[in-house]
Amino acid sequence: MPASQPAERINDFVIKLANVNGTGSASANSLLMKSIFRMGVPVVGKNFFPSNIQGLPTWYEIRVSRDGHIARCGRVDIMVAMNAETYRQDLSDVSPGGVLIYDSTWPRSHELVREDVTILGIPLAKICNEHFDGIRARILMKNVTYVGALAALLQLDLEVIKALLTETFANKPKLADANMEAINLGYQYAREHFECPLSMRVETMDRTGDHIMIDGNSAAALGCLYAGVTVGAWYPITPSTSLMDAFRSLCARYRSDAETGENRYCVVQAEDELAAIGMVLGAGWMGARAFTPTSGPGISLMSEFIGFGYFAEIPAVIFDVQRVGPSTGMPTRTQQCDILSAAYCSHGDTRHPILFPADPTECFEMAVAAFDLAERLQTPIFVLSDLDIGMNDWMCPMLQWDDEYRWDRGKVLSKADLEEAEHFWRYYDHDGDGIPYRSLPGVHPKGAYFTRGSGHNAEGRYTEDADEYREVVDRLNRKFDTAAGLVPAPVVVNSARGDIAVLSVGSCDGAVREALLLLGEHGITLNYMRIKAFPFSEQVQAFLDRHERVFVVEQNRDGQLRKLLINETRTDPEKLVPVLHYDGLPIGSDCILEAIREGLEKGAAA
Amino acid sequence: MSYMPKPRVAHPGLKKNALGLTRRDYEGGMSTLCAGCGHDSITAAIIQACFELALEPHRVAKVSGIGCSSKTPAYFLSAAHGFNSVHGRMPAVATGANAANRDLSYIGVSGDGDSLSIGLGQFCHAMRRNLDMLYLIENNGVYGLTKGQFSASADVGSKAKKGEVNEQPPIDPVLTALAMGGTFVARSFSGDKEQLVPLIKAGLRHKGFALIDVLSPCVTFNDHEDSTKSYAYTRQHYHPALETDFVRPAGEIMADYDAGAAMSIELHDGSRIVLRKAAPDYDPQNRGNAFAYIKDKLRDSEFLTGLLYVEETSRDMHALSHTADRPLVDIGWQELCPGSSALPGILKRYR
Repeated sequence: MPASQPAERINDFVIKLANVNGTGSASANSLLMKSIFRMGVPVVGKNFFPSNIQGLPTWYEIRVSRDGHIARCGRVDIMVAMNAETYRQDLSDVSPGGVLIYDSTWPRSHELVREDVTILGIPLAKICNEHFDGIRARILMKNVTYVGALAALLQLDLEVIKALLTETFANKPKLADANMEAINLGYQYAREHFECPLSMRVETMDRTGDHIMIDGNSAAALGCLYAGVTVGAWYPITPSTSLMDAFRSLCARYRSDAETGENRYCVVQAEDELAAIGMVLGAGWMGARAFTPTSGPGISLMSEFIGFGYFAEIPAVIFDVQRVGPSTGMPTRTQQCDILSAAYCSHGDTRHPILFPADPTECFEMAVAAFDLAERLQTPIFVLSDLDIGMNDWMCPMLQWDDEYRWDRGKVLSKADLEEAEHFWRYYDHDGDGIPYRSLPGVHPKGAYFTRGSGHNAEGRYTEDADEYREVVDRLNRKFDTAAGLVPAPVVVNSARGDIAVLSVGSCDGAVREALLLLGEHGITLNYMRIKAFPFSEQVQAFLDRHERVFVVEQNRDGQLRKLLINETRTDPEKLVPVLHYDGLPIGSDCILEAIREGLEKGAAA
Repeated sequence: MSYMPKPRVAHPGLKKNALGLTRRDYEGGMSTLCAGCGHDSITAAIIQACFELALEPHRVAKVSGIGCSSKTPAYFLSAAHGFNSVHGRMPAVATGANAANRDLSYIGVSGDGDSLSIGLGQFCHAMRRNLDMLYLIENNGVYGLTKGQFSASADVGSKAKKGEVNEQPPIDPVLTALAMGGTFVARSFSGDKEQLVPLIKAGLRHKGFALIDVLSPCVTFNDHEDSTKSYAYTRQHYHPALETDFVRPAGEIMADYDAGAAMSIELHDGSRIVLRKAAPDYDPQNRGNAFAYIKDKLRDSEFLTGLLYVEETSRDMHALSHTADRPLVDIGWQELCPGSSALPGILKRYR
């Protein structure tokens, strides 16, 4: 062990756990993170997992941040290297002065050492083989045992761990006891063999009391429940599957009659994404709030129907939890790579409103907003989340609900409206906002019309007349202009300096904010705007107008947000400087910091 | 043309149904199909069936895909909402619509290209879910709108108008439906209204997926000699396996039926289908037997028609998913949103 211990670091470090997938490491790692969270210390967890059930490398990264930073920062202070296959890489990932813990039951090669890293061996397999029966239990308990060792090294509160285990295994107290035994074994071993605690350690704070740790997919599902959604259709696809899983389990609890077992919802597992979006449009046409969760490949399959929905003006909500694509192209890794394909999805002249949540709280809020917008605008709405937001646990303020809220059903004619009306023209712009009135099937014979993708005129009748067709598509453009005023406004953070800014979207937010703080510490202050929706409002245009240079931070190779800004605003492309991250892992503050510094230097030189 | 509404004049002496509506009230726009198209006869049969059942026109939802057949919902029930969707995807739209509003009667019109090629998957899965709808395939063995390519239902040896001979075996919608668990499987001919109208009525009353494959010759691209989907060929080769009569729940006594030969099947709403077998060894309630019998006859180039298989006891999509009896679209806000009081309980597990 090197003599020089790093400087004391309380509640500010990164733990990375390198595991083999399918060994039960996820629950142990979650226990570790939740324990720190329950001690009042801000924390965030990122799961880097393979598209596989058992046997491939998987990592979990926990950032403990007393200042509440939620992004990755490029550091690994403590590595728990449980996977022999990735040991060499895992050791090299540890930041200088860091600690590596490994299972010392078997010897490691002498080559695998680093002078600037403290290496702690714990015979985890040996301990577990001596204390637990059965192969499965021994494998599982190795993970819990390293959590026990970390509890000693990081000075975690054993009572907090015990309480979490008791809650988790409320129905299986024997398992709670076995897990606690493994915690104690690891804890005792570390206390007996190492100097505990480490200089990096946890001290109780009070910064998480009114917070929860939730993933974006669960939060979006909750939003759907609260928005009054009754129909969901989907085809399983990583990383969106857990959204529908969560919706179904919420519905089973809150939408099922306890006595009769009758469900006030209907979820259909479709044969493919083409069918899923067709079902959503069918339900939307009938007047139900309906949605489908999917990811990039699903959007590709849905695109014909999405264009149909745009042209026939049917409300629909599509959650696109973005991932790297296509096909087997790293489906379990994150990216913001569907911005352009969502904005212009389908053939012909189509544009679609998009909401961009930055965290699970916004997944909840924007889910509700998306259904209001879909019905107000009578069109498919995208909610563009990503794997990082959707599947990782984020620390969020307790979600709030306003009981005064009522859903906006938009311009729907009632039976009485239709009874009184002289005639019903489905696609006529009465109000000048580009939004026509609609009727629902089954309500009144006067409301009947034939919904079609082929040409229709303002009255809703079939046409192939050039002028009538153009009248309809021009009105759809006016409707899109109306949408720009209805979608959520961007978030703007102004600093003193005026001429250079950063613009980003979605899950980049935490990393950008941390990078801006770090730049601020070096006397560089930049303005910041986070886009929350497409179409871009006048606020976005004004922000671009008043800056000489804008760094556009996003997670894809081609600068899709930048391209959309160039396309859809009146901005000189030269002043939009791309800052891109696209390796499939969530963006970290370090890469943004570096790119902006470099960009500023270049700018200064020019 | 369908954008030209028909004049709404009706002879005062026209027969009225239980709702006081005449047959005219069930019509739609003018057909834009070729003169003599089999599809127009099917449209007329749908109008007749809906009129006789006294369905409220606006309580029907019409859905279709793409193709000549899929245009036809514009030609009947103009007081009903219609949804002319994308190619091969009508079953999905019908599924979502039915999920949202189970109280309407759903009439889907599709074609052999729409259901057996591009939409084969959706066709099969709608049957697997036993979606409560009437699903008509207007089957002419040919792509009309793109001018005469073979469809997947074209028979081996059938000759196209330009002389090409089809050598790939056909996908038969009736056999497919039997294999997929279809609960109401019928075949008919656009030229046999006597058979088609009661089948449509029974299909509309069936609780579940009711398929009627209607042989419907294409006068423009597939009515020539050497076509196996021409009027002449169809008339020669179709054989009613069963005569079908639909009896309303009110239950008029069909006294002229020979009790021994007639088979009565009660439908979900209390109405009945009365079948009379033309073939003595045919059992329309035995899936395996029906499959083998139909396939044997197809081998001999005989198209068996009538209600070939029916299973009235199986559960539809809503029964399988325990959906409320009320249409979901009628459930109010208060019953859907759990409100702020439920939130702490939901979020507890995320602490």
